[in-house]
Formats: sequence, structure tokens, C-alpha cells
Amino acid sequence: MHPAFSVIFLTTLIGAGQGLFLAMVTGQLYAIARFLPVQVDQFYAAGSLVALTLLIVGLFASFFHLGHPERAWRAATKWRTSWLAREVIVLPIVMALVFAYGALHWLGWTMPLFQLGESLKVDATLLFGLMGTVASFGLFVCTAMVYGGVRFIQEWHTPLTVANFLFLGAASGFMLAAAYSAYIGNPLVTFFGTWAVILTIAGLASRGAHLIRNAKLKHRSSIQTAIGIRHTAIMQKAQGATGGSFNTREFFHGQSQSTVEMMQRIFLVLVFPVPIVLVGAAYITASPTLPILAFIIQYLGLIAERWSFFAEAKHPQNLYYQSIA
Amino acid sequence: MTQFALVIDLNVCVGCHACVTSCKEWNTSGWAGPLADQNPYDGSPTGTFFNRVQTFEVGKFPQTETVHFPKSCLHCEEPPCVPVCPTGASYKRPDNGVVLVDYDKCIGCKYCSWACPYGARELDELQQVMKKCTLCIDRITDAKLSDRDRKPSCVLACPASARLFGDVHDPHSAVSIAIRERGGYQLMPEWGTQPSNHYLPRRKTVLHIDPDELTRIDNPLRKEDLTDYTGEETLDDVAW
Amino acid sequence: MQDPVAHSDSQIGRVEVKETTCYMCACRCGIRVHLRDGEVRYIDGNPNHPLNKGVICAKGSSGIMKQYSPGRITQPLRRKAGAERGTSEFEVISWEEAFGMLTERLAKLRAEDPKKFALFTGRDQMQALTGMFAKQFGTPNYAAHGGFCSVNMAAGLIYTIGGSFWEFGGPDLERAKLFVMIGTAEDHHSNPLKIDIAAFKRRGGRFISVNPIRTGYSAIADEWIPIKPGTDGALLLAITNEIIKLGLYDRDFLVQYTNSAELVIDDPERDNHGLFYRAEMHIEEGCFDPQNKLWWDRELNIAISTHTPGVEPRLMGSYTLDDGTPVKPAFQLLKERVEQYTPEWAAPITGIPAETIRRLAHEMGVTARDQKIELPIPWTDCWDNEHSSVTGNPVAFHAMRGMAAHSNGFQTIRALGVLMTVLGTIDRPGGFRHKAPYPRPIPPCPKPPHGPEAVQPNTPLDGMPLGWPAKPEDLFVNGDGEAVRIDKAFSWEYPLSVHGLMHNVITNAWRGDPYPIDTLLLFMANMAWNSSMNTSEVRKMLVDKQPNGEYKIPFLVVCDTFASETVAFADLVLPDTSYLERHDALSMLDRPISEYDGPVDAVRIPILPPKGECKPFQEVLVELGSRLKLPAFTNADGSRKYRDYPDLIVNYETSPGSGIGFLAGWRGKSGDKVLKGEPNPRQWEMYAQNGCVFHHELPRSYQYMRNWNKGYLHWARAHGMVRYAEPITLHLYSEVLQKFRLAAQGKWPGRQPPERLRQRVETYFDPLPFFYDPLETQVTDPRRYPLNALTQRPMAMYHSWDSQNAWLRQIHSHNYLFINPSVGLTNGFGDGDWIWVESPHGRVRCMCRFSEAVEPGTVWTWNAIGKAAGAWGLGANADEARKGFLLNHVISEELPPCDAGEHLSNSDPITGQAAWFDVRVRVYKAAEGEEHITSPQFASMPRLPGQDKPRGKWQAYMAGIFGKKS
Repeated sequence: MHPAFSVIFLTTLIGAGQGLFLAMVTGQLYAIARFLPVQVDQFYAAGSLVALTLLIVGLFASFFHLGHPERAWRAATKWRTSWLAREVIVLPIVMALVFAYGALHWLGWTMPLFQLGESLKVDATLLFGLMGTVASFGLFVCTAMVYGGVRFIQEWHTPLTVANFLFLGAASGFMLAAAYSAYIGNPLVTFFGTWAVILTIAGLASRGAHLIRNAKLKHRSSIQTAIGIRHTAIMQKAQGATGGSFNTREFFHGQSQSTVEMMQRIFLVLVFPVPIVLVGAAYITASPTLPILAFIIQYLGLIAERWSFFAEAKHPQNLYYQSIA
Repeated sequence: MTQFALVIDLNVCVGCHACVTSCKEWNTSGWAGPLADQNPYDGSPTGTFFNRVQTFEVGKFPQTETVHFPKSCLHCEEPPCVPVCPTGASYKRPDNGVVLVDYDKCIGCKYCSWACPYGARELDELQQVMKKCTLCIDRITDAKLSDRDRKPSCVLACPASARLFGDVHDPHSAVSIAIRERGGYQLMPEWGTQPSNHYLPRRKTVLHIDPDELTRIDNPLRKEDLTDYTGEETLDDVAW
Repeated sequence: MQDPVAHSDSQIGRVEVKETTCYMCACRCGIRVHLRDGEVRYIDGNPNHPLNKGVICAKGSSGIMKQYSPGRITQPLRRKAGAERGTSEFEVISWEEAFGMLTERLAKLRAEDPKKFALFTGRDQMQALTGMFAKQFGTPNYAAHGGFCSVNMAAGLIYTIGGSFWEFGGPDLERAKLFVMIGTAEDHHSNPLKIDIAAFKRRGGRFISVNPIRTGYSAIADEWIPIKPGTDGALLLAITNEIIKLGLYDRDFLVQYTNSAELVIDDPERDNHGLFYRAEMHIEEGCFDPQNKLWWDRELNIAISTHTPGVEPRLMGSYTLDDGTPVKPAFQLLKERVEQYTPEWAAPITGIPAETIRRLAHEMGVTARDQKIELPIPWTDCWDNEHSSVTGNPVAFHAMRGMAAHSNGFQTIRALGVLMTVLGTIDRPGGFRHKAPYPRPIPPCPKPPHGPEAVQPNTPLDGMPLGWPAKPEDLFVNGDGEAVRIDKAFSWEYPLSVHGLMHNVITNAWRGDPYPIDTLLLFMANMAWNSSMNTSEVRKMLVDKQPNGEYKIPFLVVCDTFASETVAFADLVLPDTSYLERHDALSMLDRPISEYDGPVDAVRIPILPPKGECKPFQEVLVELGSRLKLPAFTNADGSRKYRDYPDLIVNYETSPGSGIGFLAGWRGKSGDKVLKGEPNPRQWEMYAQNGCVFHHELPRSYQYMRNWNKGYLHWARAHGMVRYAEPITLHLYSEVLQKFRLAAQGKWPGRQPPERLRQRVETYFDPLPFFYDPLETQVTDPRRYPLNALTQRPMAMYHSWDSQNAWLRQIHSHNYLFINPSVGLTNGFGDGDWIWVESPHGRVRCMCRFSEAVEPGTVWTWNAIGKAAGAWGLGANADEARKGFLLNHVISEELPPCDAGEHLSNSDPITGQAAWFDVRVRVYKAAEGEEHITSPQFASMPRLPGQDKPRGKWQAYMAGIFGKKS
């Protein structure tokens, strides 16, 4: 598949945004449970603002993928059958909840509404935080299923796609939360950093499993099934157009195999070991900049990861577009 | 329910591209048009076509078959491109099974093209909406056209009559009979998309000649003297 | 969006449907042009047309893009004073100025030396008019493109069976059981052939393709037999050998309808050796083919007059006549000839296993013999024998350029004609069928002028510009036996060059050999590109100057519809119209579109007004002819005879009162006569009412065996199609060729060749087909140049015509050299690599594509996809110029100097057919760091005045509107 930067930015940015939001809510929950020091509302509000910004920029990037962005509103129509429609619906819901969560914190509307059990005082931020958490998980699933649901693209059509989107999005969000904490000199760096490392390792496990799976993947379609002729030696000579077509532009990355392998190595280094080492180093050195660096490197790595995600995918239609003459 | 479809006879397709340009010609000025062309007179010209003829070589020299392979939207019974469309722009007509795109609803997200294993959909890069074969919906439903002309343009154009058009749900239609009797098959059956378009395979006519057939009682060589006698000496001259 | 079911074209705008004839190739299908508010919306096949029966090809369907192409030229242009030729610096002039210039110049030439004016035309369909113009002007220097196309196919078969393929005749696939196609170009007679092949296959017919390459029609053959290029003759002769050896020939057919049984003088000492023995007997006055030849009677063992009722002659043996003359039946000579050509002999030459050759012979022979067709159609032969039925042997052949474009093509095609004859398949059901006006006498009657005295100032040419020599006296040579024509056609170098040698005109004129000319008028012929061999050098010749600064070819006039590469070299450019803007007559006087069942001709009628100042070339000729006061265009009182071309078409008669004109349909004052009749003033109208086509279906008894069908021949004579109603006996043995050979041997009482050419003529004018290596192969080192290089015709392109077409060029915007993977591996390069193709004459850089569908001794590419930068209205970066290439650069128009001449054409020594496919090449990988563009490259041709602006990045056509986003 052709890696479209609009979609690469959409998925990585909203992934980080959702992750950051989850980190905020997690932080709040831990604080309620007194595992962590309570933070001022502004901490959550500013974090939510960053998360919301990422979601908005991601959404903005996605418009570049559309031929007719002015009609994007129509895309909510077929939510019963289309994961894309579901994503289109859930994304603004997440944005609204993130906005509400941040705004409530900002406004300080944190008086408990009711109390559960002995000690759990439930306020509006917690409610919206939990709703936002559910919606964010939903959005991860929807976004991932836009790809994972395409059964023809076997590289994508696996639960690992959902796991990857979830873990990598969350990891980058927690990494951003750690960077954010480091930036403002907040003591939660270790907390978010540890979660970021755990999620990154989970991401490594699922993405690694994904790579191994795809390396061994047997494609269901072959040139034989594509044209319905049984013979071991079939070669395409011409595809009916010598100047290219939508089919050659949309479904081929157009890069050499070595570039694809290089991108894979790049993301394997940038997404996983480097941020982990940097976060680890930050614990030791208590550096405020290393977590920021860790996030930036991991995010750049995720761009390469998402590029590879597209480049790895071999669409069966490509069987019809192997050669020109 | 009617399911219109094409049956493409690879046994007679010579790869002339008549279906390709007659389709372009009809549709660029029709309901689905215009079909834009990019760099029409310069490097890497590329445009929207609903139908392409591809060429494959099967086997190694000298046992090589050259297969010309026209490909357009297969109008699947279970079109995977339709449910994924977030706007409902892609739809399958209930009355005749033709899979269409409503350009006014299409947002140009290209998602339907990902969901088509056949590469049958092409984004019109100028209009930025997804396009594909309509089976010349504006011909086959136009009651003002004669029966002869009420067919897709490619079918009328095809010099080899390699393209049959009809209702594959009607067991008595010419297309159904061709599929049944000539081993009509679907592309990529592994996906369960149940394409309505079918392809008819190559057939070989061979001639077996028994050695006995090479000589006949009426062989014209019998009418010629097989040797000439020009007065040379023979045993008849010298022996007794 | 509107529901498509509610959408109807007829509600969007005013819809009109007009009928005319296609011209996207030379096939001439009937089309319906659908207009919406006066703009072309759709072009489809005319269902009522006998040729294409409603179908249409990729080109025909893209006619819209031809009409609106920015490659069109729209104004008469003159090379700017002081501008160098070839730089495309033109200024717009009026037609009046153009005609003024031309008339003045041509009138002077005509008064001084008419042969200083040369008119050569490309793939036009108006040779009846262009030829008439040349003849009236008085110049012998006229021909169309046939010499570099397929004249071997026309001549080889017409000199054998009185007809040939394509317009002249073809395979009867409706009734054939076995169809053998050899080296066919996909763009010839394409729709009818596609219709027929598909129907033939559906009926279960067996289709065998013999071709070095498996593309196009060959793709759907039941069996592909890869053959080495230029060796078809060896295959055909070996098949004939096997057929004769096994007695699988049609004896009755050979006896009755061919010269097989006729006795040939067999004594090399005699001056008349190799001629038919002519007995003293009464022969009819003025007959074409006197029936005074002899058979050898099997029963009585004596010589007897041919076709003596009740006599069965010998086909074999050797006999002595009463006067002591040793004779043999012609068939015996054929048998002796092919004895050396065994399948084992042919196998290493052709690359086809001997077993396969034998099997082919058996399939042909047994199918012909055992699957005989009998149709209940009574007919009468020329000897007054009544037949209650027509019978046929259902083995059909089709062949074209693959056999023709070799310097051994004529004899190879003779071999094919002989094989078809031996199988008994000529003008019989299931075999080969003629199309009117064929069959014609062998050879047909028109003759070229006989000497330089035929060219006189201010006088029409004495003779036809092109014709069919039957003996040395028919050649067009001077007292030294040297050429009179600029292309040396009908000289001893190429005696039977019945279509001329257009491919040598520029080289000869540049060299001044045999003489310099002044004005060369090229119509629709891309001689600065794909229509010339040795293109790079020819382009230099066009701009080469004398020491005095004058161009060696002083004045070049080009008439074309598009800004072709040749237009750049013109001194005067005349913009022709598109086919939708003109009247045309596809005439019985030229090569009509007849069907097997009878004559068919067709017209074009303008659908649209001409673009800009475009003017049909016919109108240019009528105007010029009138201004020059050429007799055929002028009344007795000196006034202009024809208002315009449509007027000429209706009123012209080949001679006053002959009743024969350009069009065969609706003749006679009221339009009730066919083929012959007075001019009908409403003839155009009647064609228009009938789909622009006239089809006269013959009675079934006239549809077969026409060479010997008394009823048909008399009907044909009565309708002015033939001069003689005599049987057209098939020339299994060619006495015509033997006459030329005798002349070369010094045994002919009349004209004899110059010394340098004696051996050449003696060698190649063999009365029986034989195999020889193509001339270029004979002089090329096969180890250095181990490969044959060929071109094939893509079905979606017609020669160079369609690169200006936005839709068709997307299918083939550039080309690759196809090679067998083993060749790539041997030479160390891979699929898709940039390589050089080098011949002894030049080299070309291009990309290669591996293919299993080409025999390993052959490389090939699609013809004429490569273009010079900027030509045809394309941008300078168009794929055609950057990635496309032309093989012509490695093909020479002349052979290396040899004893027979310094500058012999690279052509068939009999017909002058350009030997495109003889070229030998080697291939090697382009060096690292070489540019990834094809070589050679030429300076980009600028846009010409009057040409449309480039259309920009987008084109979205909708019935005449080039929209942006809708």
C-alpha cells in the first residue's frame, strides 16, 4: 500500500493524543487511590489541551486524505457497516470528552457529585475521564479496525493490528505525559515513564509478533487465482496503461525493498529501545530533557512504523499490476 | 432478482483494447462522466478508465500462452466495497445488481478501493471521487435505445464478441448458459465475494491424424507412372 | 446525483446520429457518429455495415480524441525566409498564397521536365485520385506507401493466383476447418479478421499460428509455432514437399484450374527453355492468355491441347514432343524443385522440428482431402462444363507483413500461393476467397510506361504511373536499361515493383541518382520518422545543401493533419482535415472494401466543419489540377471542369461515356445501375441514405471459382471490372518470371538487364518458388549480429498516427524491446534494464522486457510508438520521446555496395518491397551512469502557428466540452 502521510499523521497523532488523555486519567485515578500525589487541576487541564490539540491536528491531517473534505460530514452515515464511519463518529466524541474533562479541571468543577463506598468521591472530571477512557479505547479499536477490518490486506487483518494501535498509541501518549511532567518539573515523570516503558514493551511484543506473523504470511490470492489459470509460470507483461494508474499509485509504496527494510529497522530502533533507554537514563540522571527527547524520538519512530505498516501491506489487486510494456 | 453481469471469453479475446476505449468514450460524456485524463499530452499520461486489458504470459518458451485479460468491476453478489463506504455512496442496485457510486455522496476517501481485491475502482484524480464500471447503466436502462443497443458499450464494440452481457440469475440467459457449459469461473473465489462477472477459459482444438489416413486408395500419385522407361536394359532383355 | 435510470442522453441535448466511414486505420469500418448539440459524443460501429457489422476497435472508439487533438495543424504554413529547414520556423499564409506558390512552381516544372515533380503518399485511401493527378501532370514519380508496406504480399499472390489478402481477398473462415496464420500484422483488415477468427474458434475450427512472436491474434491460436524470421519460405516448401510426396494434393483442381499439367520446354540449351510449349493452333484474337499450350494425355501417351474434354493429363514425368522438344509438366518441375526441401532440411533453418513440419503438412493435406465441402450451387466453368455444386477444401491461410517485409518475401509468398493452390483452396469455400474487382488476369493489365519518352513536357504520362510488368518490355527503363523513375521502380533492380519504392525516394533525390528533382510533395507520409528506414540519416538528407547553399531537395511540400516529424522539414505545409470533416471515396478504382460475396465501396461524408483553415487533400489536388489546366480537370474550352472534389467524384468518368467512375453504387441518371452507368447527380445523397456504403451481393453461382467461372467473368466484364472474360489459370509455374530470367541469361530477344544486374535477375527470377537467405543476412556476420529485430503492430495504435490521441497513447505511451529471457541472461542484463540494440547501421538505447512469447533468435518492439520530442502536439517530456524508441534507426535503406550496384535498395530484388524485417542486431547492457532516456534524441519540435495551445495538466472531455472540475 502507498503510505499516505495524511493517514500516518492521523493515526499517530490521535494515538498519542488518546494515550496522553489516558495517562491523565490514569494519573488522576492513581491520585484518587493515593498512589500518587494529587496534582492541581491545571495539570490535567493542560494535558487534556495537548491531547485535544493532537486529536485536532490528527483530524486536520486526515482531511488531506479526502478528495472532498467538505462532504466529510456524510461519513458518519454508515456506522452499522463501516469501521471508517465508526471512527468518524467516535473521534469527535473522544474530542468532546477530552475537552469536557480538561474544561472541568480548568474550571475547577471538581466537587464530588456522589460518593462510592468509603472513600471514592466521584466528581464530574472522573465521570468524563472514565467515559473518555472508554471512548478512547473505542477509538483505538475503530481506527485499528479501519485497517484490520480489510480482510483482503492480510498483513493488516489480524487482532495484532488493534493491539499495535492500542499499545503504540498509549505508549506514545504516556511518553508524552512523562515528557510533559518533566517539562513542568512534576514528580510524575517516573510514573508515566514506567507506564510508557511497559506499554512500549507491550507494543514491541505485539508489533514484533505482527512482523513475525507477516513474514510467514501465506497470501490467499495468487496470480493463479487472480486470473483463474492454473500454471506454475505466469508472468504479467502489460497492464493496459504505461503511464500508471490509480491502481499503481494507491497500492504500491514505490520504494525499493532496501528502503522498506531500512524503515523497518529505523522504527524498531526509534520506537522501542531508544526511548526505553532514555527514560531509564532519565531516572538515573533526573534529567528533565531526556523524557522529552524520548517522546520526540518515539514519535518520529512511530511515523516510520506507520509508514512501514502501509509498505508491508500487499494488496491482492497488486497481482494485476506487476509489469508494464 | 436480476443480476446483470459480463461474461468474458478468454478463448477469443485478442487483446485489442476496443472495450477499453469504447467504454471511456461512452462514459466520459455520459452519466458517469467526465473521466479525466492527467498529462494527456505529456509525460506519464494517466486517466480514469473503467476497463483495462492486461496481458499475461503463461508457461515457458516454446510452450507459452499469451493471455489477454480484460478487467473491470465484477459487480460482486457480495460486494466488499459497499459496506465499508462510510457515506453510502457505494451501493448495489436492488433492481439489477449493478454496483454503483453516487459521486455526490463520495468523499474520495478511497476506502472502497482498499476493500476491492480486484483493483476495479479508480479514483478520478480531477473530480476526486471514486469511479468504476457502471455496466453502462445509462445505456442498459435507457428504454429509448433499441434492444440491440441497450447493452454496455464494451459489449457492442468487442470485435471478437468476447464479451457477453446478461442476467446471470436467469438460468436460461445466454450468459448463464455460457457459464454452465463453458466452465465459466470467477476471479479470486477464495474471498467469497461472488463476482457476477465470469470468465470463460481457453479451449484447444486438436487434430489427430491416424497414420492410415495418410494413404488412400484414391491417392493421386497412382495416376502418375512412378518410374519412366527410357529403353534401358532390364532382365527382360537378357534373361530367360 | 441523478438516478442513472432516470438519466437519458436524449434529454441532455439535441442528439443526432450521422453515418460515415472510419479512418482511424485503413480498415474502413462503417461508423455512427453520435452528436450532442453538434459536438461528438460517441462513435460506434454501424450495425448494418457489411465490413464491421456494428463492432468497432480501440482506435475507432477513440476518434473523438483525434478530432480534438492539439497535434492538429490548422493553417497553411510557409518556412520563414532565412529559417533553416527542419527548425519548424513557419509563418501562416493564406490558401491563395499557397496555391499561387505551388501553381507557379509546378507549372514551370511541367513545362520543362515533369519528372522534377514527385508525389508520394502514405496510407491514404485515394490512390485513384493521386495517381490520376500524377499521370495528368506527366510525372512518373508517383507512388503510395505499398512499396514499404506489403507489396510482396500483393505481388507474390497476384502473380500466382490473381488475387491476394486483405482488400484483394482472404480466408473463408466461415467454412474453414483449419486456419493457418503466418506473420500477420494486427492492424490489417483488423475488425473483419477479429470477427471471423472469434467465430471460427467458436465453431471449433483449428487455428495454427506461425510467427516468431506470440501476440495479438496468435495469442488465441490452438497452436503456436515459433519460427525464425525470414524462413517462412523454407517451411512452406518443406510442407509442399511432404504434401506432394504423400499425394495429398488436389489433383483435379491442379489439372483443371492451374498450369500444373501444362508442358514446359525443358532444355537449358534452348533460348525458350522454361517457357510453356506453345502449339500452332488457332487462337482467339486479342486474348490475354492464349490457350495454345499442351498437356500430356495419360491414356494416349501423347501431347494434347489443354482442357481437351475427357482427357486426363499427366502431372509428372518427362516427355519428348514430336518435334523433339523435351518437355515436362509444370508440376513435375515443382516436384523436382521441392525434393531438396525436406522437413529435415528446413528444421535447422526455421527452428521448427521436422516432425512438426510433417504434422503440419499432414493436417493441411488430410483436412483438405477428407473434410471436403460441397455446396449445392450450380455454376458453369469457362470451358462450358456445368457443375452441379461448388466444392472446397477447408484449409485457409492468412499472412501479411511478417512474410512480406523480407527480401526473400516475393518467392516466399509465391511458395504460399503454390501451397494454397496444391491444396486446392483458391476461391473455394473454406479456403481463399477473392474480393471484387479480383480475380484479375495474371498479371493484371495496366502497365507502367516503357521508356523515358513517356515523359514529355505539358503532357500526361504515357502509361499508368504504376502497373504490372509481364515481360521485360514492360519495364520502365532507358536505353541503357537504367531507371527512369526517381525510386528506380520497374527498373532491372526491382522489375516487379508494382507499388514503387517510396522508401528510397529521399535518398535517391538527395543523391541525384538517377537525377535530382525539384519538388517533392508528401501526403500523409511520415518520411522523417517511422516511414523511413535509416531515419537519422534521412533527416540529415532533408536538410543537406548543395555547395551553392540550395537544398539538395529544393522544395518540400507536406500535407498532413498533424504536426508529424516530417512537417518540421517542409517548406510549405498544407493542413489536411480530419476524417470527420471530409468527403472521401473508397473506390473500386483503388482498393475497395469488397466482401467475398460481391463488390463493396464506401464514402465519407463530413460530420463536422473543417477545423481552422484545414482543407482536404483531395480539394487541394482538384484545385491544383484545375489551375494547372491538367486535361482531366479542364473542359475543352479551357475552363475548370470540376467545382470541387464531391463534384469530381460524381461526374468523373475514366473516359468520356465509359460509365466507370470513382463510385460503383447508384450509378445511372436515376441511380439504378451498379458499377457502370452514367453519372448520377444524387449519388452522394444515395450513399448517405445507405450508411455511406454500397454492397452489391452477387448471385451465389458467381461467388466461387471466379477465376474460371464463366458467368461471373462475363458479368465482371459487362460491369467494367475486367477486360477479359477468360479463365485466370493459376501460375503454379511462373512463366512471367522465367521471361525475365531468360533476359538475364541473354536468351530473350528483347530487353536485357545491364551487365551488373544479370546475375541478380537470373538468380531471383526463378519461375518456381525457392528459398534463399534474406539479402542482409547474406552479408552480415551472424556471430556478431546473432538476432533478428522486428516490429509488431499494437492493435490500439495505427502506425505513428495515434500518439496524438489522449486515450490511445495511455495504452502505449512508450515501448520496450521484448527479448527471450535466455538472451538477457546470455548478455548479462535483466528484465527492465536499459540496453543498446546495435545493427551494422546504427544503434538505439531502450528498455527491455523479458518475454517467453518470442523465439530466442528474435527481439521485437511495438511499431512507431517512439516519437521525436515535441512532434504530434506532445510535450517535450512525453514518454514517447524519452522512453519510446524507433527501430528504424538501425535499419538501412540500402544494401552495402556489391557487384550488382553501389546503392541497391534494402529490398526484395523482385518487387522492391522494403526489407524491414531483415535487420540483424546484437544487444548489450547500457553502461552504468548512462542516461535513462532512449537514444537517439532530437531537438524538440516547437508548437506550430495555428496549433492549439497545450491542454495543460487535465483534460476532462464531455461531448465537446473540456471541463475542469464538474
